[in-house]
Amino acid sequence: MDIDVTGARILISKPEWGGFMLTETVVVTWCVMAVLIGVCFVLTRNLQVHPQTKRQVIAEQLVGAIQNLVRTTMGERFLSTWYVPFIGALFALSAGCSLSSMVGAYAPTSDLSTVLGWALLVFVLITFNKLRSNGPLGYLKSYTEPIPIMTPFNIIGEIATPVSMAFRHFGNIASGSVITALIYGGLSALSGMVLGLLPGALGDALSHIPIFAAGIPAVLSLYFDLFSSFLQAFIFCMLTMVYVSDAAGGAE
Amino acid sequence: METSILAKAIVCGCSALGAGVAMIGGLGPGIGEGYAVGKALESMARQPEMRGTLTTTMFMGCAVAETTGLYSLIIALLLLFVNPFTGLF
Repeated sequence: MDIDVTGARILISKPEWGGFMLTETVVVTWCVMAVLIGVCFVLTRNLQVHPQTKRQVIAEQLVGAIQNLVRTTMGERFLSTWYVPFIGALFALSAGCSLSSMVGAYAPTSDLSTVLGWALLVFVLITFNKLRSNGPLGYLKSYTEPIPIMTPFNIIGEIATPVSMAFRHFGNIASGSVITALIYGGLSALSGMVLGLLPGALGDALSHIPIFAAGIPAVLSLYFDLFSSFLQAFIFCMLTMVYVSDAAGGAE
Repeated sequence: METSILAKAIVCGCSALGAGVAMIGGLGPGIGEGYAVGKALESMARQPEMRGTLTTTMFMGCAVAETTGLYSLIIALLLLFVNPFTGLF
């Protein structure tokens, strides 16, 4: 029984370029980005005022869904800003990266670096919005509330936001792949053991075929790959919207 | 030489034990999420027209409640697959 649980494989390593490494994460993310750009390109050809094609109806449905999500979570004032395409892109990239494990590729979101990068981007957005709504002095002052002695805890709480967002996304996707690998290995071993009980050469031959590992992991993959991917992408976007609209405050 | 192998064996075994102990932290999110989903179901039974909003909010709450469990999961994964303590010997 060999269980293969690894991180991202390093495809090209160039220590002389200042430790440059091309990992599977980067390559798969490029592939996902190419697919997403291709989908956007196909969906937005020949747009007309009155939709004539099925393609345009699908595109309008998708954009409408994202706009509706932003409107209900962040409020009307963010509807005409670039937050709508940003949230849509974040959702599509996150879901696409997690779903890439369904075609057998390494899921970039089970690498902490990917999701930590997104979480840092969100952190920059939150800080930018706080600075804009409170001003630099008001932003610094918000750390000393409600009493100055709470300052260290406020700073820890500020840092914990991106860290917990990244760990949540990474932990869900990575634990899914680890559990799938463990169950796959366990079922292969079990079928080898049970079929090995058959007498003679028949048992010897059959015990090398992992029969039990044929159908059961597919059901689990449905949960861990399909459901969990969309749920985590949705939660990441929801948290982004909640934090950003909270940081922007009540400035109408 | 013998001592070093023994030390590594002890460290590996204790890492595996530690990973198992760390996953006791999975209890908390289980209880918390169950409570959240139960309450959401109660409110859905009371006001079925609020179903959409309640489901969204429930998933959000579940995700936030899950964080502590995922912290312990990451510690368990570190102990099992990264083996941070075997380098000491």
